[in-house]
Amino acid sequence: MAKVTIDGHTVEVPDGTTILQAARAIGGEVAPPTMCYHSKLKTSGGYCRTCIVKVSKGSDKDPRPMPKLVASCRTTVMDGMEVQNLTSPEVVDARKGVVEFLLMNHPLDCPICDQAGECHLQDLGYQNGGEKTRFDFERRTFERKDIGDKIQLHMNRCILCYRCVKTADQITDGRCHGVMNRGDVSEISTYIEKAIDNDFSGNMIDVCPVGALTDKTFRFKSRVWFTKPMDAHRDCKKCSGKVTLWEKGDEVLRVTGRKDQWGENEEWICNDCRFEHKKTSDWTIEGPRNIDRHSVISQNHYMKLATPHFKKLDK
Amino acid sequence: MGKKLLIQNDKVGGIHTLEVYKQHGGYASVEKALKTMTPEAIVEEVKKSGLRGRGGAGFPTGMKWSFLAKPEGVARYLVCNADESEPGTFKDRYLMEKIPHALIEGMITSSFALGAKTSYIYIRGEYFYVARILETAIEEAYAAGYLGKNILGTGYSLDLSVQVGAGAYICGEETALLESLEGKRGNPRIKPPFPAIAGLYGCPTVVNNVETIAAVVPIVMMGGDEYAKIGIGKSTGTKLISASGHINNPGVYEIELGLPVEEFIYSNEYCGGIWKNKKMKAVVAGGSSVPILPTELILKTAKGEPRLMSYESLSDGGFATGSMLGSGGFIVYDEDTSIPMNLYTFNRFYHHESCGQCSPCREGTGWMEKVAHRIVEGHGKATDIDLLWDIQKRIEGNTICPLGDAAAWPVASAIRHFRHEFEALIPKTAVAH
Ligand SMILES: Cc1cc2nc3c(=O)[nH]c(=O)nc-3n(C[C@H](O)[C@H](O)[C@H](O)COP(=O)(O)O)c2cc1C
Ligand code: SF4
Repeated sequence: MAKVTIDGHTVEVPDGTTILQAARAIGGEVAPPTMCYHSKLKTSGGYCRTCIVKVSKGSDKDPRPMPKLVASCRTTVMDGMEVQNLTSPEVVDARKGVVEFLLMNHPLDCPICDQAGECHLQDLGYQNGGEKTRFDFERRTFERKDIGDKIQLHMNRCILCYRCVKTADQITDGRCHGVMNRGDVSEISTYIEKAIDNDFSGNMIDVCPVGALTDKTFRFKSRVWFTKPMDAHRDCKKCSGKVTLWEKGDEVLRVTGRKDQWGENEEWICNDCRFEHKKTSDWTIEGPRNIDRHSVISQNHYMKLATPHFKKLDK
Repeated sequence: MGKKLLIQNDKVGGIHTLEVYKQHGGYASVEKALKTMTPEAIVEEVKKSGLRGRGGAGFPTGMKWSFLAKPEGVARYLVCNADESEPGTFKDRYLMEKIPHALIEGMITSSFALGAKTSYIYIRGEYFYVARILETAIEEAYAAGYLGKNILGTGYSLDLSVQVGAGAYICGEETALLESLEGKRGNPRIKPPFPAIAGLYGCPTVVNNVETIAAVVPIVMMGGDEYAKIGIGKSTGTKLISASGHINNPGVYEIELGLPVEEFIYSNEYCGGIWKNKKMKAVVAGGSSVPILPTELILKTAKGEPRLMSYESLSDGGFATGSMLGSGGFIVYDEDTSIPMNLYTFNRFYHHESCGQCSPCREGTGWMEKVAHRIVEGHGKATDIDLLWDIQKRIEGNTICPLGDAAAWPVASAIRHFRHEFEALIPKTAVAH
């Protein structure tokens, strides 16, 4: 076991735990934001640099601070380590820089993006970004593409987190999805437009932290915050059948995997459950899904209805 | 005349053939190592020699070798990094082209020391004709019994092959190189694990530069202690320098480490002074990635001591007043060079070569190029110099591989030492962003 202190909170975690996981164990604001890390995907993380932290003391054995900020998702804790996240102005400033890089070429088309409201980049920009970009050049653009008949790729919105690539790699067989080209013209590709024809391909939509991969069956149907998330299940031969339904009235507008408080899938679901069962009667409803994530989707739900606050009128 | 250990025979006719190479003492280190030494003893000699990696980082080779994990029943690999794509660096090409057997001999001796049974030379795509030269030499070595099964009857077997890359600078970064060698996209891996533990196909692997491996030959022949006497301090041995730019004699020179920079630039034995009787303005001493230094700081350190061609002396003063020996790509600029224009060229390179995994490098390199372009075109904004400074700062140290740093350092040093040249390009009427 290793004892690690993050922003003044101490926690004991098994050896080999990452700083990020330790911070999540403490919870709240201590946990750095992430974009490219996903707890269910091996080798994810390390790319976006959103979760950077400062290691102000390496360990009890070697108390020297680490010379650079580190990606907390890929750095393991040592006994006696001291880490600063929000308590380090250097981290806060560097993270602001990362957000600027991530948004530099992003179209900021949230008003017409289906991901708006549950977008990690939106939350990140809101919490850590600057009020204005210093990038005053033309943004790079790509054509929209279909990845199979159910998924659409808006490469303009992509932040190259590689989560969909790892998903394709790790949970679907016969992989035909990867990254083409290099640097800032890299693009997610199905390798020469080959459609991903796989029972689990829909999970790529769930893991996309932005609106780059969206569900075509849900396209422009509703803003997510006008839908009600309900946990539901059905007997499925291919997957656990445990999903979240996003309903409006009695209509099921969308089916997704269940996501934990960090917005990461608890389990993978099959395309059958995701795309082919859009009737309430297809499902056994378990009850409302509590969305923990600090985001607009957690608003407007009866789970968390804020008491209206009326100002008393002076007589 | 300094000592030469690597390319002393480069002008000998036919030295690229095994026959002539052998007439000049070639393959003696293989005989000596395989017949009279244990692998551990060779590693020990390399440690004693103080040899440091010639690929750019200068990491002690003996130490790297001793980190190699040796689990029972798992293959180990030696991979030679011949990707040489750093602008200003062309010494490995010279060595391989002229004396291919020097590298092959080093590969055999080093592979034996590391217990590798299969080794690779990964060479950049643009060097396809050099790959042919190496392949021909490898065939000769197989035919002469220096490669293949039961080498020289010692029971040691080794297969060596050449893999040609597809022309990406990033594939020179050792883990991207391994990915590429495995047939995958050349993206650097996140470390740890380091190649010494999990490298090629997940097996323990040593990656070394061409020149590093070639230097093992004289080390085995003369012994580590003797080798360590050459050079200065912790910069032992000789180093190949690719000299280019505005000098009278561009080319590849083997120098004894510790040679004064001034002598290297002005002596007729080496660069032969600045061309067209002009004055020198600046030098990039170790390949495009290292900080550029103005004349006063390249000839003398901030303390006023003469600057020497060594790892320590070139980095004396840190980045504030020093630079790095790097890969030995020595680029000299005359008084008429525009430093902002040179920087823009470097910016373009790093933008083009970023693999795109890390957001700071992917986005920042392109942004710096755009800003530098606007400055050299004469429509920079009043805040652009500070903006460039800020972008490079946000990339440096915040990436998976050192390409991010390599893209940031030239920007920082150009602004640090030549800010006035950037200011002069920004119109007086320019607005802030
Ligand atoms: C972007 C990048 C490019 C590199 N290119 C080369 C190269 O072309 N040749 C080389 O020997 N090392 C190159 N390196 C350094 C290698 O990663 C590695 O450190 C080196 O091959 C180790 O060999 P050495 O210890 O013998 O120097 C590069 C590093 C980076 C980050
Ligand atoms: S620093 Fe640049 S080149 Fe290196 S891994 Fe990151 S994006 Fe790729």
